[in-house]
Amino acid sequence: MTTDQPILEVRGLQKQYGRHVALAGIDLKIAAGELVFVIGPSGSGKSTLLRCLNRLEEPDHGQILFEGQDMSGKKNDLNLLRQRVGMVFQAFNLYPHLTALGNVTLAVRKVLRKSREAADAIGLAALRQVGLVEKAGSYPNELSGGQQQRVGIARALALEPKVVLFDEPTSALDPELVRSVLEVMRDLKRAGMTMVVVSHEMKFAREAADRVIFMAEGAIVEQGPPEEIFSHAREPRTRAFLSQVGA
Amino acid sequence: MHALVDQFFNVAIMAQAMPIMLRGLGWTLVLCAVAVPCSFLAGVLIAVLGTVRFAPVRWLMVIYVDLLRSIPPLVLLILVAAALPFAGIRLSPFAAVLLALTLNASSFYGEIVRAGIESIGTGQWHAARSTGLSYAQSLVHVILPQALRNVLPDLASNTLEVIKLTALASVVSFQELLYSADMARSVTYNSSPITLAALIYLIFLWPLVRLIGRLEHGVKA
Amino acid sequence: MDGGAAFVDAFFKPALIARYAPEIVSGVGQTILIASTIVLTGLVLGVTLALIRSLRLPIATVMIVIFADVLRAVPPLVFVLLVYFGLPNVGVTLSAFAVLWLVLSLVLAAFVEEIVWAGITSVAKGQWDAARSTGLNFATTLRDVILPQALRLSIPPLTSRTIAITKNTALGSVIGVPEILNQATSAVSFSGNATPLMMGAIAYVVLFLPVVIFGRWVETRFAWRRA
Repeated sequence: MTTDQPILEVRGLQKQYGRHVALAGIDLKIAAGELVFVIGPSGSGKSTLLRCLNRLEEPDHGQILFEGQDMSGKKNDLNLLRQRVGMVFQAFNLYPHLTALGNVTLAVRKVLRKSREAADAIGLAALRQVGLVEKAGSYPNELSGGQQQRVGIARALALEPKVVLFDEPTSALDPELVRSVLEVMRDLKRAGMTMVVVSHEMKFAREAADRVIFMAEGAIVEQGPPEEIFSHAREPRTRAFLSQVGA
Repeated sequence: MHALVDQFFNVAIMAQAMPIMLRGLGWTLVLCAVAVPCSFLAGVLIAVLGTVRFAPVRWLMVIYVDLLRSIPPLVLLILVAAALPFAGIRLSPFAAVLLALTLNASSFYGEIVRAGIESIGTGQWHAARSTGLSYAQSLVHVILPQALRNVLPDLASNTLEVIKLTALASVVSFQELLYSADMARSVTYNSSPITLAALIYLIFLWPLVRLIGRLEHGVKA
Repeated sequence: MDGGAAFVDAFFKPALIARYAPEIVSGVGQTILIASTIVLTGLVLGVTLALIRSLRLPIATVMIVIFADVLRAVPPLVFVLLVYFGLPNVGVTLSAFAVLWLVLSLVLAAFVEEIVWAGITSVAKGQWDAARSTGLNFATTLRDVILPQALRLSIPPLTSRTIAITKNTALGSVIGVPEILNQATSAVSFSGNATPLMMGAIAYVVLFLPVVIFGRWVETRFAWRRA
């Protein structure tokens, strides 16, 4: 979509668990401001790819480049990559012993080394962005699933990342709570955030994604604009998957 | 280094002490075989009495459990062995140890089983009673099996404690494993028999320690 | 003399209560002193071992597991006798107080290590993921995310285990630490009467009953966490 250097790029990414090949050599470029949707059957390596992008999972081979800089290898400051590439989890993974604000500000204080006051201001702004500033003092178990996930998003946003990874952000939610989370993601897209989303929300993919990637067996089978993938998929495997999920 | 080995790992002295210590081990096993079931059954009884509708009985059980849990087992043993004779009650060392162990361990088993019974929802009681089972039948066939399974790690862990407590019997000259080892030590002026006793306890109890660890993790998963 | 008076005379003789009250009180002081040093040492050492274990260094882990298993499997009295009678023969002489402190602190540390380690491993893996995904390093993740949750899970078993070990201070009487039981039994042999022993037993109840009741409160307070 732009001729600029990609904000995030992976080259020849491979990952194996024992004899199971999770990623069989992935090449991918993500442009700034792009919303990339990754779909595919379970076990296709989508989540592993996502977790490799901020090195929660260590790839066996391949390179990860952030703004053209190689971030793979032991020498690099992992925590720097992770500050710039935020992540939102399927199970929210909120810290149960901290309030919503505490969840959002922990890394702001410990990684960005802000004072408590400065961190609170940043945290409240992030909570405002997801529409939960009035829940700042609530503990995770006092929040609905949708609210918890929005706190999870605020936690990622508070570090002012350049990219946010979403790992099935709505699949643990009741249907009526999904909308509020997608709404926040839509707002982020409008604000120009670069996002990589693994999800089964095909309707959302169709209207919001810039690009849809279909993965199977650890490889990218096909990619393109949502219209092309959803209506004119070339690969039989893509068509079979899409008809199976009813998209 | 040599002195250390000679004092704690003297094989010749260990071999010499072995026969008397094996006899001691036999008594330790007998004590466990009697004390563990006795205190467990007493504990179940205490827990069940703790659930009856008549409040004074429940209070009595709470008092029994808390009182006995606040007296160190060795103090209880000395009370039974040294104070009861002043009331004209003379128990054999074996009976004194058994009584003290049962009083102590039953209070812990009781508390564990009570927690197990409380972990079973009233739905199970309602279901059992609605099919015509009596209170006692519901308890025996529906509630207790589930309750005991829920607290299995705690029961196993308390059983380990009861077995280790049998070593206190040496203080009142009951000739179990540790007493025999200490006899051998005082005759030889060498601590190797105590080391041997530690090794014997380890051989018997290490599998139980591992089992408890696995039970605790299994329940969590 | 009727039965009641004989009973009082054998178990609660007023003259003996007055005579031995100072001894029992000094025993209470010793028991509190040694119990609190054991609790402090055992908790600090046990939590430290659990933290070291979380680094997952193979050799350290094996050594910690062996330490914890041995100290949990063998009766503490065995170690007390081993250290108290064995060490002087190799030229190391520790006071009875030091022996009791050392042995019971190590035993408590073994249990604390296992309890806290179980707490650490039972914190969901997603918590590590979340913390690491925001750039927190290992030490900060452990201190600010994992340990608070692990300790909270560990509070009920830690409480009951700590109470159990502090009651073991009575083992000190076997090697002559002048704690409650020791004071009481020597007074019994001097006076030929059970009264000092009853005083000792009551002193233990006064000392530990509140602790036991507190432990029961802790169990119910944190019980929802375990289910």
